[in-house]
Amino acid sequence: MKTVKIYSTPTCPWCIRTKQFLKDNNVAFTDIDVSSDQAAAEEMIKKTGQMGVPVLDIEGEIIVGFDKEKIKATLGL
Amino acid sequence: MYDLIIIGAGPAGITAAVYAARKKMNLLVITKDIGGQAAWSGDIENYTGYQFISGPELAQKFEEHMRKYNIALKENEEVIKLKKAGDIVVVKTDKGSYEARTAIIASGKRSRELNVPGEKEFKNRGLTYCATCDGPLFAGKDVAVIGGGNSALDAALQLMKIAKKVYIINNTPSLGGDAVMREKAQNSNIVAIYNSAQVTAVLGDKMVTGIKIKKEGKEEQLAIQGIFVEIGLVPNAEFAKEIEKNQIGEVKVNCHNETNIPGIFAAGDVTDVPEKQIIIAAGEGSKACLSAFRYLAQHKF
Repeated sequence: MKTVKIYSTPTCPWCIRTKQFLKDNNVAFTDIDVSSDQAAAEEMIKKTGQMGVPVLDIEGEIIVGFDKEKIKATLGL
Repeated sequence: MYDLIIIGAGPAGITAAVYAARKKMNLLVITKDIGGQAAWSGDIENYTGYQFISGPELAQKFEEHMRKYNIALKENEEVIKLKKAGDIVVVKTDKGSYEARTAIIASGKRSRELNVPGEKEFKNRGLTYCATCDGPLFAGKDVAVIGGGNSALDAALQLMKIAKKVYIINNTPSLGGDAVMREKAQNSNIVAIYNSAQVTAVLGDKMVTGIKIKKEGKEEQLAIQGIFVEIGLVPNAEFAKEIEKNQIGEVKVNCHNETNIPGIFAAGDVTDVPEKQIIIAAGEGSKACLSAFRYLAQHKF
């Protein structure tokens, strides 16, 4: 199984749905709350050149937003 | 040939789909996303049966309910044209073309854009339409909220707690919205309110660095790192060219959810129905489906 990191905020509806989607598909992930971790927020902005959440980092493959098709393809679901 | 094509899968479209599935109609749902604006909502405390539920959770429950039935569903697909040819409704999308006897427009609304230079380039680079989502990333920063209604005030009140400075740029002479919220914003010492002010450009380099505004004929620049656009919503109905709409582009429907074209119905926030609420959209969706069902029975295709 690939290592999955998600940059999110607790209030963002799409973050909640992305995490739910991962859970439903039995994908383990590390959740990084960028609202409380300034360094992580900067890291996310540097990686993506943008500030929207959620951002998924699947072993270096970056997905911005809840892009179900891309997530499925990258994880081979 | 489908009995019914439903355009959109927010509360109205999903409810119509559930009713149609239970009526065993031959059905197709075409939608860009599932849940619509409900999925973006914060806390919901007025959907009967749930004393408290979050927007994403309610959207999830809607989706589960719809998926319980074996419904043909085209997700991530955008309708670009809807027309009637003889007795047939033709729906063209960015991916294909479909035919049905009836259709329900339930495509909802989207955030209104500023339409100024820099807006597109800096979307998600400091400019956002979802304060609930992206607000927390602007802790300690200077930000501007564009708008003067309840959603603008809501964004401003959220940002007041974390930002260094919050500008409210409102193009009318005074703020609208609820008095309670207005007062909270007015009484805060980190909030600056600019009334009768227009945004003329979004400025930036890699990310947003400022905003250009025009107030009483004078241009001014504010140095900020975040812009929250909260200037209302527009109906997603541009694809329905032949359908009659009101002044603000909402699809006109009667109490049976009929549009001016027989066989084409509409429901939810995309219509001119008074009051835009999740529970109303859901109710309208069921009505539209029942009207479509009756239309099919009467025409004996």
